[in-house]
Amino acid sequence: MSSLIWLPFLPLLGTLIPLITARFSRTACAFMTAALPALTLFLVLTHAGDIFQGERFQAALPWIPAIGLELAFRLDGLALLFSILILGIGLLVILYARYYLSAKDSIGKFYSYLILFMFAMLGVVLSDNLIQLWFFWELTSISSFLLISFWGHKTEARKGARMALTVTGAGGLALLAGLLILGNTVGSFSLQDVLDSGELIKASANYPIIVVLVLLGAFTKSAQFPFHFWLPNAMAAPTPVSAYLHSATMVKAGIFLMARFYPALADTDLWFMIVSLTGLATFLVGAYIAIFQHDLKGLLANSTISHLGLITLLLGMGTDLAAVAAIFHIINHAIFKASLFMAAGIIDHESGSRDMRQLNGLWKYMPYTATLAMVASASMAGVPLMNGFLSKEMFFTETLHQASLGSLSWFIPVLATLGGVFAVAYSMRFIHDVFFNGEPINLPKTPHEPPRYMRVPVEILVGLCLVVGIFPSLVVGDLLFAAAEATLNGPAPTYSLAIWHGFNFPLLMSVIALLGGLYMYHNRHHMFKFQAQFPTSDPKLVFEGVIQYLTNKASRIIAFTENGSLQRYTFFVLAFAIVMTASTLMKLNTTAGQRPEIPLDALSITCAVLLCVSALATVLWHRRRVIALLTLSVVGLIVSLAFAQFSAPDLALTQLSVEVVTVILLILALFFLPQNTPKESSPRRVVRDLSLASLIGGVIGTISYALMTRPLDTISTFFTENSKTGGGGTNIVNVILVDFRGFDTLGEITVLGIAALGIYKLIAKMRLYMPSSDDNGLAWSEDRYPILLAVISQSLLPLALLVSAYIFLRGHNMPGGGFIAGLITSVAIIQQYVAHGVDWIKTRLKLDYQIMIGSGIGIATLSGLGSWVFGHTFLSSWFDYFYLPVIGKFELASAMVFDLGVFLTVVGATMLILANLGQLTTSERPIQKEHD
Amino acid sequence: MEGLYAFCVGLLTACGIFLALRGRTFSVVIGLTLLSYAVNLFLFASGRLKLNAAAVLGESEQYSDPLPQALVLTAIVIGFAMTAFAVILAMRARADLGNDHVDGTLPAQPGDASKKSGGSQ
Repeated sequence: MSSLIWLPFLPLLGTLIPLITARFSRTACAFMTAALPALTLFLVLTHAGDIFQGERFQAALPWIPAIGLELAFRLDGLALLFSILILGIGLLVILYARYYLSAKDSIGKFYSYLILFMFAMLGVVLSDNLIQLWFFWELTSISSFLLISFWGHKTEARKGARMALTVTGAGGLALLAGLLILGNTVGSFSLQDVLDSGELIKASANYPIIVVLVLLGAFTKSAQFPFHFWLPNAMAAPTPVSAYLHSATMVKAGIFLMARFYPALADTDLWFMIVSLTGLATFLVGAYIAIFQHDLKGLLANSTISHLGLITLLLGMGTDLAAVAAIFHIINHAIFKASLFMAAGIIDHESGSRDMRQLNGLWKYMPYTATLAMVASASMAGVPLMNGFLSKEMFFTETLHQASLGSLSWFIPVLATLGGVFAVAYSMRFIHDVFFNGEPINLPKTPHEPPRYMRVPVEILVGLCLVVGIFPSLVVGDLLFAAAEATLNGPAPTYSLAIWHGFNFPLLMSVIALLGGLYMYHNRHHMFKFQAQFPTSDPKLVFEGVIQYLTNKASRIIAFTENGSLQRYTFFVLAFAIVMTASTLMKLNTTAGQRPEIPLDALSITCAVLLCVSALATVLWHRRRVIALLTLSVVGLIVSLAFAQFSAPDLALTQLSVEVVTVILLILALFFLPQNTPKESSPRRVVRDLSLASLIGGVIGTISYALMTRPLDTISTFFTENSKTGGGGTNIVNVILVDFRGFDTLGEITVLGIAALGIYKLIAKMRLYMPSSDDNGLAWSEDRYPILLAVISQSLLPLALLVSAYIFLRGHNMPGGGFIAGLITSVAIIQQYVAHGVDWIKTRLKLDYQIMIGSGIGIATLSGLGSWVFGHTFLSSWFDYFYLPVIGKFELASAMVFDLGVFLTVVGATMLILANLGQLTTSERPIQKEHD
Repeated sequence: MEGLYAFCVGLLTACGIFLALRGRTFSVVIGLTLLSYAVNLFLFASGRLKLNAAAVLGESEQYSDPLPQALVLTAIVIGFAMTAFAVILAMRARADLGNDHVDGTLPAQPGDASKKSGGSQ
């Protein structure tokens, strides 16, 4: 059973083989490529016996069961039939392509794409889950794009591939929407559940939407009218691709989809109307156009469209027997059309042309190939003793037994017969125009028979045409029956696969079709003359025009929304955010919650007033940048006071030291940036921004207030309880940082290091204009390093480092720790830079800050990895208490090593940024004028 | 107290956003700094305000919520790195593009004062 899971993945593995073996001879490559598909075919066939007995194999690997995602495969009659077609014809195509492709073509790449496509197709037919089915469906579109565009140097190959991808890809999106609605309606994405819920689906209000969307997917894939135009354009592909994709597999995927969902979606008036009328239109249009093609492959492509229409029409008739006929015709069409494409490829390959105006009288040059092609054509035309005749007879019979159009139902058999007439006419053209009808005209090569083994696949397929045509129930009886049962999700109707049913109406229709077709072909010159009166419209040009139009419209919309103004984008993003939050906030009934508030005191009010005044001053004077910076630093100081007041000493210390480095950074930056901002916002923009900013501020304030006045249900109890016993420290914040959430901290210091290195790279080679005076024209002070500052800072350094060490060591139990100690150390070093200049420091302090960052992150990671040695998870900490004389009891914890890493990273990162920026003011003096 | 705190957070947010919407890089950096103050205060307040309740075992009767504090602590440091990155980027942009507008080009307004931004030598 589990082998079923691997079934489609064997070919996936096989995509690598041609790439590896392409270095050997082409024959070796072909054989090795064929090995895995052959094995897969063998495995599939081992299940055949049980399936004929009515069994169904299913296997699934759950992935995300909660939302119905799983890797699920099923092998029932329908899947078996399609698997045999995909793998069997695929193997023949591998053999055929070995001879078809020239030495210039990369055979490894070709086979790899081909096998990838085979994998995708197998995935589609074996899927037991809707989403998974869709995934493989899209994969067939993509891999067929690669195959059609295999000769990418040709314009028509690129255009054809793009068109095929656009049409089938768009259909795929519709299908996805349809399948999602379908899955939600049923409540399950499992295919079996969907097939068993036919009644529920048809009763649902979503039914019409589902049917239309799913059928859009099927019709685009199977080139049904009006989406049929991509198929003839895809003929730019190498012929083995056409033989495979456009006869047996890819275009049949749409048919497969309709057959697969037949029990779930069919059997309603809506289905019959859409499916049968689309099928009928496609059947007639394709057959009619086929007659007038001069390109051999163009004729076959349009005939394929017509036959796909025929199958669709059968699936839309609504009788069980029609469904059986449809499946039978799937088999027959795959066999004769693949052989015809291959024959066309041989003719093209050995004569150098596919144009039927040049190809004449080839019978003399390649009698053997001609015979094979004629038999296959006869099958396409529906001549007795061929397989095509049998299913066409069944088709004619079913057209007589349907009533989908009410009193107008008699139209269908009449039009079906007309389509049959066309089919005989174009089949006749394929035989007579190519193999007889005088002598070849201006062929690039003298035609001759192909290599022996190039003919083998055609021989096998033509042989099948005859064998199935003569002994139908013996050869395909079981397969057809099993597939029909799977399609109907119930017992198959009784039918007879005999050649002779006596003189009856369908036989008469066949006879009319044969004679009418011969007559039509005989008088083809009149028809060509008649057809020439119509203006020719190339669907390719129309399609390209539509695409061009859409592209132009899209770029106009983009030009409107994306005008390159960051201010505008920021405004849009913020406005959108406010709409989203405010609408949710309105649902909250009261602003204030139940939690009692802390009473106000005078100091807090004073601080708050100071904060508000400085914040407003920053905004008010933001164009005078130095002043704005000063008021900003006041805001920062009060924020750190706020942290101190509300019981967060660690935060207060951090904020304070960060404040210092931030202000130094911004002052340094201001040296290089203009010191004033020009007034350029229009009053309208100021009002707009002010309104938005106040609105957001109000909303954030409201959320904050609502949050704070509501009771808290925290998860921090765990940390409080385990801080001492589990982490060995009494400062819970620090224990969280270095122990409980140590992995987060590791990530954070890594980000810090990356940011610092990024800044270092940005600073390097920065060519900045250095002003020699401030904006008011005042020269800078001559006294670069005031002696007083130098003396004091020098004596402060050891003190600062001592404080830093103290803060670091006590961090685990009292406010402090690596972050804060690192920042204090940085401030102490920066002070030396400020007091003495970079050159003075450089000779005395030889620290490589990059190495410092690296070793910091390294130490932190290693301290985490260390716990693996003792069999614990990453970053588990260890601690114990020791006694030393003089010092007394002290604690050692592995978390301190981690904190050391944090310390080093913080110092390294801060210094790398500031020291390098500061260096710009001294050693490097790029003398460059402004260019604005 | 909570109301006052919330008011301050809201005011800082508004000031930060107004400055972040300006057209010159330095104003945007200042705005982002103000905004990050507001965000840090906001996140901190999600652990609720408590007086004399430092999250150090044995120091007080009850403890403030340590988790938001730990998150905000790293956020402050990362916020510094972000400010630094933004301001250095602004300097680099000015060095390479010759102006300090956020779009990299000066808005085409006749008779504006943008020429002053470069300073004079």
